[in-house]
Amino acid sequence: MSTKNIDDIIALSEELRWEIGDDFHDNLAESIYSDASKIVEDAVTKDNNKSKFRLDAKIDKIVTSRIWGFPIMLFILGAVLWLTIIGANYPSSMLAILLLDTIQPMLKSFGANIGFPWWLSGFLFDGVYLAVAWVIAVMLPPMAIFFPLFTLLEDFGYLPRVAFNMDNLFKKSGAHGKQALTMSMGFGCNAAGVVATRIIDSPRERLIAIITNNFSLCNGRWPTQILLATIFIGAVVPASYSSLASLTAVISIAVLGIAFMFFFSWALSKTVLKGEVSTFNLELPPYRPPVFWKTIYTSLIDRTLIVLWRAIVFAAPAGAVIWLISNIYLGDESIASWLIGSFDGFGFLIGLNGVILLAYIVAIPANEIVIPTILMLTVMVTGVAGGVGDGVMFELDSVSATADILRSGGWTLLTAVNVMLFSLLHNPCSTTIYTIYKETNSVKWTVVASILPVIAGFIVTFLVAQIWRIFV
Amino acid sequence: MENKPNSACETCGLFNADGLKKLGVKTDDFDFVVALAGNPNTGKSTVFNALTGLRQHTGNWPGKTVLRAEGAFEYNQQKYKLVDLPGTYSLLSTSEDEEVARNFILFGKPTVTVIVADASRLERNLNLVLQILEITNNAVLCLNLIDEAERNNIKIDTRILSKDLGIPVVPTSARFQKGIPELIQTISELANGKIQCKPRRIKNIPKNIENSVQKLSDSLTKEYPNISNSRWIAFRLLEGDTQIIEALKTGNIATNEY
Repeated sequence: MSTKNIDDIIALSEELRWEIGDDFHDNLAESIYSDASKIVEDAVTKDNNKSKFRLDAKIDKIVTSRIWGFPIMLFILGAVLWLTIIGANYPSSMLAILLLDTIQPMLKSFGANIGFPWWLSGFLFDGVYLAVAWVIAVMLPPMAIFFPLFTLLEDFGYLPRVAFNMDNLFKKSGAHGKQALTMSMGFGCNAAGVVATRIIDSPRERLIAIITNNFSLCNGRWPTQILLATIFIGAVVPASYSSLASLTAVISIAVLGIAFMFFFSWALSKTVLKGEVSTFNLELPPYRPPVFWKTIYTSLIDRTLIVLWRAIVFAAPAGAVIWLISNIYLGDESIASWLIGSFDGFGFLIGLNGVILLAYIVAIPANEIVIPTILMLTVMVTGVAGGVGDGVMFELDSVSATADILRSGGWTLLTAVNVMLFSLLHNPCSTTIYTIYKETNSVKWTVVASILPVIAGFIVTFLVAQIWRIFV
Repeated sequence: MENKPNSACETCGLFNADGLKKLGVKTDDFDFVVALAGNPNTGKSTVFNALTGLRQHTGNWPGKTVLRAEGAFEYNQQKYKLVDLPGTYSLLSTSEDEEVARNFILFGKPTVTVIVADASRLERNLNLVLQILEITNNAVLCLNLIDEAERNNIKIDTRILSKDLGIPVVPTSARFQKGIPELIQTISELANGKIQCKPRRIKNIPKNIENSVQKLSDSLTKEYPNISNSRWIAFRLLEGDTQIIEALKTGNIATNEY
C-alpha cells in the first residue's frame, strides 16, 4: 500500500465531510435509532401489564425522594455498620485467643527447644508472626461481615440510586455526578475507586474524582474506626448505649469524609481545576434480588480474603521492621524509641503521640496494619503489659485488652478521636498512590492527591486538640 | 430458580458437556479470540464468569468494568480466549471506556464478537448492536436477562430478530446459568465457519451521506481488499476521528497484527 493513496483517501474524506455538513453525526444516530425501533416492532411483543416495572418505580420514588433519600442512605449505612460492630466482637476475641495466646507461646517454646538464638526467635515470632496474627485477629472479622453486606447492596442495585440522590450536591461542588459511584467504590478500596474514575469522560472532573477519592474510608480504615469507637467512644456512655454511641461515631467520621470530599471538590473546581460541569445520563438499573449465597461466597473469597492477604503480605515485613527498630540500639536507645521521642512533640501538638505518627509511617504500604503497628510499638517500646523479654506481650484476648494497652500507652479520649480523624485524613496507601500515578500519568497530581489529605489531617487534628484542651 | 436441573440442551447430543473446560486465566495458545461487548449493566461479566469459571467482580450498576478482563475456555479441543470489554452505549463518542471497547473490536480483530444485550430493554441496546455489526462480520447476540424480560411480559421472537440482524441470537439468563451451553455451541460454530453471518447494515441513512460513505468505502476497499468494515471506517473518517486516521496511516487497520 502506498502512503499517497492513503493520503488521498483522507483528503477525500475531508472534502466529503465538508459537503455533508454538520448534521452527519445526528443523522447517523437518527438512522440507527429508526432502524432499532423497526427491528423491535417486528420481533418484540409486550404485554401492557407491566406490574414489575411499577414496583421498581415505586421503590425508586421512595429511595430517591427529596425527603427520604438521605435518611434511607444513612439508615442503610448505619445498619451495615451496626451488624459489623456487633458481629465482629466474638470471632475477634476467639481469633486472638487462638493466634496470640495459644499459638504464639507454642512457637516461642518450639524455638527455644530447637535452640534458636534469642534474636532469631524474636525476629520471627515477636516480629513477623505477631504482626500477621494481629492483622488477622483485628481485621478479618469486621471485613468478613462488612464486605458481603456491601456486595449484597451492590448486587441489589442500590449504588446508582446513591449516585442519583447525590447528583445535585456534586453538580453544586463543580464535580461529575458519576463521582458518587467512584466514591462508593472507594468505600471498598481507594485504588479501585481511582481506577473506576475512568467512567468519567471529562479529564477535569476525573482529576477531581481521583484526588478526592481518599476521603472515602476504605476497608483498611473501617476496622480502625470501628475498633477505636468501640473502645473509647462506647466507654464514655452507659453500657446499654455503647453500641449506639460507637455506631454514631463511625457514621459521623464517614459522613465527615464525604463532607471533606465535597469541600475539596468544590475548592479544586473553583481554583486550579476550573470548568463546566458536564451532563450525563445515568441509568437506574432494575432491582435484582441478589443470588444470596453465591454473593456471600464470592465476596468472602474475592474481597475479604484478597484484602486480608494483602494485609498479611504487608504486615509480615512491617512486623520485621518494627522488631528491628525496637531492638537495634544506637547508644542506649533503640531506633524506634529515638524516633518516637523525636515525633512526640509534634504528636502532642496535634493530639496524637510519637508512636502513632511512627506507626503511620511504617504503615504507608497498607492502612490495615496501623492498629497492629501501634499496638506492637506501644508494647515493645514503652514496655507495658506482662510480656517476657524485650517488652513483647502475648496477651490480647479481647477488645478490652487492646484498650488496656492503648491506655497504658497514654491514650485518652482525645487521642482516640484524633486517631479516628487522622485515619480519615492522611495520605493514601502506597498502592493507591501508585494507581493515581498510573491513571493520571502526572507526578504533580500524584503529589497533590497524596499530600492534600495529610495537610487537612494535621490542621483538623491540631484544631481539635487545641479546642479540646481549652474546654476539657 | 438456580437449583433447577440443567437445561434440556445439556442432555442432548448437540451439547457436549465433556467438551467444555473452563480454563480461568490461562489464556495462552488460544485458537480463537472472542470479545464480549454490550451496553453497561447487561451482565457481560456474568456471562464472562459463566464461560471461564472465573469470578470477575460483578455488580448491579452501570460502568463496573473499566478495564478489559481476559479469560479462557476450551470447547471440543479448541481453545478460546475471552475478552470482557467495558460496557458502552455507543461507539460513536470517545470516552476512555468506550475507546477500550471500540479499539478492541476494531484492532483486536476478535474471531467472534458476543454482543450481550438486555432483553427487557432491547430497543435501547440495539443502538450499539447495529454499530458493532458495522464493524464486524462474525457476531452472536446474547439476549441476556431473558428471565427478567419474561417476568415483565416481554416476548421476543428470536427467529425474526436473528433474521433481521443477520446473526444468530441466543437467549440466556447468565445469572442462573441458562442458555450458556447454547451460547458456547453457537460461538464454536461461528468460529469454525459453520454459521455464516450476514450482518444488517444501518439503513435509512440520508441519500447524500449514503453516497459519500459509498464513495469513501469504495476507495478504501480498493486500497485494502481484505477489510470487511470499510463502511464503518468511512463513517469514522467523515466524523474526523483522529485515531482512525492515525490507524490508517500506520496501516494498523489493514494488517491483522493480533
